[in-house]
Order: sequence, then C-alpha cells, then structure tokens
Amino acid sequence: MSGKTLYDKLFDAHVVRTEDDGTALLYIDRHLVHEVTSPQAFEGLRLANRQPWRADAALAVPDHNVPTDVAERAKGITDPVAKKQVEALDNNAREFGITEFDMNDIRQGIVHVIGPEQGATLPGMTLVCGDSHTATHGAFGAMAFGIGTSEVEHVLATQCLIQKKMKNMRINVEGTLGTGVTAKDIVLAIIGEIGTAGGTGYAIEFAGSAIRGLSMDGRMTICNMAIEAGARVGLVAVDQTTIDYVKGRPYAPKAELWERAVAAWSALVSDDDAKFDSEIMLDAASIKPQVTWGTSPEMVVAIDDTVPDPAQESDEVKSSGMEKALDYMGLKAGTPMNEISIDKVFIGSCTNSRLEDLQEAAKVINGRKLAENVKLALVVPGSGLIKQQAEQQGLDKIFSDAGFEWREPGCSMCLAMNADRLEAGERCASTSNRNFEGRQGQGSRTHLVSPAMAAAAAIAGHFVDVRNF
Amino acid sequence: MEKFTTVTGIVAPLDRPNVDTDAIIPKQYLKSIKRSGFGPNAFDDWRYLDPGEPDMDNRSRRVNKDFVLNQQPYEQAVILLARENFGCGSSREHAVWALEDFGFRAVIAPSFADIFFNNSFKNGMLPIALDANVVEDLFNKVNGKKGYQLTIDLASQKIITEEGDEIEFDVDEFRKYCLLNGLDDIGLTLNHADDIRAYEEQRKQSAPWLF
Repeated sequence: MSGKTLYDKLFDAHVVRTEDDGTALLYIDRHLVHEVTSPQAFEGLRLANRQPWRADAALAVPDHNVPTDVAERAKGITDPVAKKQVEALDNNAREFGITEFDMNDIRQGIVHVIGPEQGATLPGMTLVCGDSHTATHGAFGAMAFGIGTSEVEHVLATQCLIQKKMKNMRINVEGTLGTGVTAKDIVLAIIGEIGTAGGTGYAIEFAGSAIRGLSMDGRMTICNMAIEAGARVGLVAVDQTTIDYVKGRPYAPKAELWERAVAAWSALVSDDDAKFDSEIMLDAASIKPQVTWGTSPEMVVAIDDTVPDPAQESDEVKSSGMEKALDYMGLKAGTPMNEISIDKVFIGSCTNSRLEDLQEAAKVINGRKLAENVKLALVVPGSGLIKQQAEQQGLDKIFSDAGFEWREPGCSMCLAMNADRLEAGERCASTSNRNFEGRQGQGSRTHLVSPAMAAAAAIAGHFVDVRNF
Repeated sequence: MEKFTTVTGIVAPLDRPNVDTDAIIPKQYLKSIKRSGFGPNAFDDWRYLDPGEPDMDNRSRRVNKDFVLNQQPYEQAVILLARENFGCGSSREHAVWALEDFGFRAVIAPSFADIFFNNSFKNGMLPIALDANVVEDLFNKVNGKKGYQLTIDLASQKIITEEGDEIEFDVDEFRKYCLLNGLDDIGLTLNHADDIRAYEEQRKQSAPWLF
C-alpha cells in the first residue's frame, strides 16, 4: 500500500463516521465567522431552537463591511445597511457565547489574517469559514476550506460537516525565485498554467524548494489563491518555518502541550511514497512578475509580455470569453502590458495585506511620489496588529510621504462592499485576488499584481517591471 | 428545504464560461441579513445598465434588453444552461438564493465550481454537469427554439428533451436522497450526536491542545 498525502492524513484524522457511499461526517476544529455569511446561519439556529455545539471553537470578526477610513472608523459605520450587518454579528456573538474581535479591537482584521496571527489557526486542524479564501490557512498544514451559509449553520449546530474526499494534486515549484518575484507571482503563474478550473475537485499541495523557501506570509498568499485555481483546499507541509511562526501566539498551545503538539505536527507532511492524482512541475527561476489583463485570474501574463489576441485562441468558447474580457477591460490585443496606465492602486486583501507585503511595497517606493495620473492609492493593513507593527517600523510614513492613504484594517477595495471602490471605467493595480467584472465596483477594471508591482505602478503611473525599477 | 423530484420548464441559455458568483449576485446585496429577496438583483450588472443599490426600486432602472434573462420567455425560465466552471469565485450562498428566488430550480453546465455546487444542494437546487458536447447540443436546441423546455427527473437521473430523447446524469446518492425528500442536513447529522461525542473524547486524549 502506498503512503498517504498530507490531505489524506488530515481528512482521515477527522472522520467521525462514514456512509456506505464514502460520504464522511468530518469534525471541524476551528470555525471562523464574519458578518456577511453568518447572519442567516444564526437565524437558522434561533428558528430551530439550537445552540452552538462548541462555541469555544468559533471566533468571529467583522471585516467585509467595516470602514477603513480612520475618521469613519472612529465615529461608526455610516452606511445603515452595513451597520446593521456588523451589529448583527456583535449581537449573535454575544447571544451565542462566541468570542468576537469587534471593529474597534486592536486584534480586528481580515478573518484570514487574524486566525494565523492569533495562533487560532494551528497545524493539523480542520478549519472552515463562510468565505472561499479560507484556503489561506492551509499554509499551516491545516485542512481549511470555504463553505456556504447553510454549512456555517451546520458547523455551528453540530461541529461537523458532511464531506467527500477530494482528489490530490501536488504542484512542485523548484529552484530559486528571481529578485523582485514574489509568492503572488508564483500563484498567478500557476493559475495561468492550470486555469481557474484546473484544481476543481482537488486539494492542492504546494511543494518544492521555492515554496519551502517562502515565509509563512508568502505561503499564505499562495494557499489563499488555491480557490482561484478552482481548489477549495491549498496546503503546505509543516516544517520549522511553520513551527517558529506559531510559537508563542495567544491561542497556540503552551509548555508541555506545546511539546506534544510539535511532536504531532512533524508528521504533517505527505509520505515519500504517497500517490497524487495529478502532479505539476514549475521552474521558479522562469517565473517573472505577473499582471492579469482580463476578467478571470487565469487571464494573466508576465509584465514583459503583451495583451493576448483572441484570434490566436482555437477554442471558440475561450476566444469569445477573451473578446468579452478585452471589451470590458478597454484593452486592445497586442498592447505591451507596461504601457497600460492606471487610475488607482489598492494594496491590501487577505492575499497581500501582511507585514511582509507592506514591507515589500514600501521598499519599492524609495522616496518617490505617486504618479500624477494616480487618483488614489490605498494601503489597507490586514489587521490592527499588523498596522501597529508597520507603524513601529515607519512604513506608514513611507506610504504617506509618497501620497498613499494609510487606512484601518478590513477587506476594503478587494470586493468593495464598503466605501472603498472604483468608479466605472477606472483601472486599478490591485494586490487582491479577483479581477471579475464589477468586483471592485460596477464597471471597475482590475489588474492583479504583487505588492511590489502595485507600488511600482503607483509611482510610474502605469504597469512597470519592478525588476528594473 | 423544497423537495426536488421532477421539474419541467423553460431553459434559459447563458452562453458564457466562468460565470462567477460576483456576477450572479453583486456584493452590495450581500449586506442583507435575510435569506430571501435576492431574485430581483440576480445578475444585476448584466440586467441593468445603471448601477444598483439595496432597496432601490428596479422599475426605475434602465434595463439591458440584450441580456437573455430580460427577454421573453426567459423571465419564466426554471432551468439555466451555462458553460464551464459555473459559479466560480466567492462562497456566497446568496448566489444560489438569488437564482432560486429568480425561479431557477436547476443549472446545467459542463462543470461547476465546488462551493457553488455544494451550496446548491442545500437549497433544493440541482446542478447537473454534462459533457461539453452534450451541453453544446442543448445550446443548439435552446437557441433554435425560444421557450424550449426540458424535464428533469431526479429519481431516474434523466433529462428528457422535447423530442423525447433521454440524457442521463450523475448525482451523489446521499445528496439525491436529501433532495428527493427535502431533508435538513443538520437534523440528519444530529442523529449521530453520540458518534460526535465519542470522537471528541478520543481527540481530547490524542490532541488536547485543540480543546
């Protein structure tokens, strides 16, 4: 019998019972809750007169709707509909005995940033959240995936989910990354390679020397966008980098329990003889800084490339999709990517709002100012604590001096549920994860890039190769 | 949850790959704390030419007449026909609620994103994945005759065309059982409460830091 993959080990360790058709009842160790996908679930509990099975396994935080403007944060949410939703989370957390970091708590932030930051995300866990970017937490060797609201209610009521095992895919990124090339470029290159449905039905393990060489911040960026490759689950095996990150965090085990936990976590790797249903190799040295050009994350090219031509695509459905995307984006085939000018810049989101992301962006600025055609450039830290650390390092000053706005933590312009958004036709260099039509506001045009590439574009006023900037 | 046994009705052709959940229900409508009322704003950016906000009267907005769901008879459609990777993107179950509230009971496409697929079954909505060439044939039929209807029989796992042809489809046994009977998952799971407690006792021994 061949060995087990990391995903198989995590799945098997959480099976409560299995039905004849292979459907398993899976135990969930950690449940992260935010304001947008939970109100109907709590309402469901109330209607059925049910209590949470284990309130201590849940952790709640508002992030999607919260204002990032410093003044608005201080005086409360102006949008009455958003305010009601955030208050509903506060009330539900109180009523059902769930710990919440409310809007004015220094620990508040994007749900996928605060889980790891607090040590609430631990290796070996099953972790869910009503949010597709829950894959982020897989960077810790945890089985983490996004769920819908019915499943949020299911986990609250039973601490379990009904699941079937996914298939296993391993993506090996070997070698050394070039200067100026980051985790974001790796994951965009992967999505460009396998497509946005390439990982559908799979749990993807990211492996290889280039992945092992990444910090936890970088690994989280990679796993975060597993969903943009179609996979609900992204994983990185546990190693010393993982253990060092978790140690000493508020929710991490202490003393004797820490020793036991570390011993158990060392087994959270795929066995040497484990079999994967699909395996993909990528050469790290060949990856260049990436920029998306269309309305799907798979519509991506290297910065030194040009906007692709739909006429060159033989698949009719794809070709017509490309034409629609170019039309929406207001781009012409053949335009060099570094000639595309931008209106706004967004540095933030659960993909790229961690300290390392902010450091990489700040480094690029190097005393320069925003280009004149850039109307607005936002820097939105992933959490209150990251904001504080960045300020201690003087990053806020670097950004403000250059003309960026330094904001309060939240999801912000990644999905534009709050006031941070693009106007119709505006073009944005964004470190977020989705370039869908209307994602950053109706008629918005999003180009996904790394924090370093976004900072460079902000200074240049157009996309530019950060390697020679 | 509403039972799904047999559904017959008009098929609306949405000829695009990668229809994402942001397109199905834009973010501004996610601020609702209710589960219903999303239908009028399903595909909002495509249905209307001007921007929409929650609680706006849609009758005052400019309608995009080119969009398929604004054309007769598709306002009465109950089956949505689409291309590959339908429902990709965010986990928002609001996407399923919006389709359901519009009147859809089933979506047929060559492939679906996992979370959308899963969310559908929790709401009495049947997602059916068929080979791309079978979907292509259905597009030809539907585009060839406005108001073309299909019948979906879940018990026998068959789609019946107007011509009387039968197309078989796959569905998970457990999900089929829940849909046919309109069963609430949570109730089913709580029947196994003893198993859950036994698992917790064993985990408290082997991994006490998780409790």
